[in-house]
Amino acid sequence: MSMEQDVSVGGQLPVDRKSSRKFAGTGRPSARVGAALSALLFAAAVTVATWWTLRAVRQAFQANLGGSSALDIILLLVAALGLALFVPAVRSLLASNKTKKHLAENSLIEARIASVSAKDQANHTFGYGFVVIVALLFANFILANDLAVGMTFFYFPLMFESFWLILKAFWVNVYIFVIAEVLVLVWGLVVAIARLLPGDAAKPIRTIATVYTDVFRGMPAIISIYLVGFGIPLTGIPILKDFSPEFYAILALTLTYGAYVAEVYRSGIESIHWSQVAGSRSLGFSHFQTLRYVVVPQAVRRIIPPLLNDFIGLQKDTALVNVIGSLDSFNQAKIVASNNFNLSAVTTVAFLFILITIPQARFVDKLIERDHRRTRAG
Amino acid sequence: MAMIEIRNINKHYGSFQVFKGMSLDVEEHQVVCLIGPSGCGKSTLLRTMNGLEPIHSGEICINGDRITGPGVDVNKLRQSVGIVFQSYNLFPHMTVMENVMLAPMKVLGQSKGEAEETAHRLLKRIRLDHKATEYPDRLSGGQQQRVAIARALAMDPSILLLDEITSALDPELVAEVLNIVRELASDGMTMLLATHEMGFAREVASKVCFLCDGVVHEEGPPKQIFGAPIKERTQVFLKNIVEAGRL
Ligand SMILES: Nc1ncnc2c1ncn2[C@@H]1O[C@H](COP(=O)(O)OP(=O)(O)O)[C@@H](O)[C@H]1O
Ligand SMILES: [Mg+2]
Repeated sequence: MSMEQDVSVGGQLPVDRKSSRKFAGTGRPSARVGAALSALLFAAAVTVATWWTLRAVRQAFQANLGGSSALDIILLLVAALGLALFVPAVRSLLASNKTKKHLAENSLIEARIASVSAKDQANHTFGYGFVVIVALLFANFILANDLAVGMTFFYFPLMFESFWLILKAFWVNVYIFVIAEVLVLVWGLVVAIARLLPGDAAKPIRTIATVYTDVFRGMPAIISIYLVGFGIPLTGIPILKDFSPEFYAILALTLTYGAYVAEVYRSGIESIHWSQVAGSRSLGFSHFQTLRYVVVPQAVRRIIPPLLNDFIGLQKDTALVNVIGSLDSFNQAKIVASNNFNLSAVTTVAFLFILITIPQARFVDKLIERDHRRTRAG
Repeated sequence: MAMIEIRNINKHYGSFQVFKGMSLDVEEHQVVCLIGPSGCGKSTLLRTMNGLEPIHSGEICINGDRITGPGVDVNKLRQSVGIVFQSYNLFPHMTVMENVMLAPMKVLGQSKGEAEETAHRLLKRIRLDHKATEYPDRLSGGQQQRVAIARALAMDPSILLLDEITSALDPELVAEVLNIVRELASDGMTMLLATHEMGFAREVASKVCFLCDGVVHEEGPPKQIFGAPIKERTQVFLKNIVEAGRL
């Protein structure tokens, strides 16, 4: 009975719904002449700038290190590569002409396709050209003041000479962060679980765990390293006072990053929907069994990306241990730098850090992407 | 003495009072259907009986044993009072088989072989033994809900609470779940179910309770509640259901 009523109500509606608006069409496409010509001009300008810069590079090398035919060949190759910028620019112009032709023939669909392609190719020119401009600016910065910048930061002879020394000292950084990461994984979980303890009786424990995370997340890592590394030996506490600077560095970094990682664990655990906890508790699982069998296994996947991000931070912060006199790569590089009035060895350290963090950063990106795909599919 | 006695319970969320001295008896092997407007406390009542929600006064007894108030081992209680939720709440990181086996093994301490045997028997019973190694997200809603029922049954509960277990399902999947419940009813399982499936309630219920305003407003055999409700609120509620084409 109700169904019929609905139909009759629906039957009356179209009278009011009739639209007076006519379909207006989708317009004629632009020929993109402006875009194509700008792309062409832009490519030409960038090419001129490239050649000018390459000439300056050649002169700088000749003045400082002596020229060679190998260098000339490389520079010529780079110059030729720069011409590649004309490929999308010319394509854009061709597509623009094609659009005009189709428009003249009144074949709108073909014209639209060609118009989009003209715009696309022009944008490609601008995009790649922008990258070239950034590279040129960087090259000119290095060349500045008769190559003084380049000599200060990238003096190859010194970099090669000090490389093994720096690499050996970098081992100290690796040693510190590997041990600290293992400790942080355990300590962070302990703190997170303490913060998540249920019930009134556990309130003091929760509070102390909260205070700990607040303190060590708020305190700069360098201060924590300084206080631990200088403070504990000063206190003269037996056993504790006699450790190496690396030990104190590991302790300080574990305390600092333990606070971050505890928060990562906690937010991961709390991100699991409460219905999962209800489902588990309703079967008779205890709080800890629920964490162990239901919540943590699901949380781990979500925890890994932010955890790795924190680890990258920890790895970089191992460079702070020089404040307590540990002979890590940065400290070693500073010694080389002050002996030579040249920072190139420090650049080596920077490269080493970047080198180990990039794969991890890409890995994190991959994990996040995979998770997004999974949630989209689910 | 009734198997389940709910006596004069009160519960509030902040200033909002969900139960205002609600009382209800359920005999063994009865199937009691809880009906009532959305927000009247059907889910809360079931969750209370499973120890998932505390009450503020009154008491609930099962077999004469008080299950509310301090000192009750809720983990123990939940071993004999199973609950199935509207949203299934299956564990997504485990296969169907593992979902059913986990609690018997970890809570009851059954051996893997024992748990496997029970799980296979139950999966056969819900006609999903061919999906044993699938993950829940590969199953339809109806299949997931049947697994959730099997998971609760694996604990061999003496009481089963079902909270609107078909509300999240596409209409064509409702029957396969209700068939399982029907079979459980004829096997004599004591059940309390919150439901909007009035036709089903009429068919399987020993008793229908209309919850409203924090109390059991009217209760009786389905014939009476659906055929000749006495109270006005019940009549209005059922009239709305009829107009929505759900009865
Ligand atoms: N955790 C909560 N906090 C506050 N109010 C709640 C909570 N859970 C339920 N309620 C309220 O209690 C009432 C009963 O809810 P519920 O038992 O889910 O009703 P039903 O299942 O009958 O639709 C509702 O008004 C709801 O808003
Ligand atoms: Mg509900």
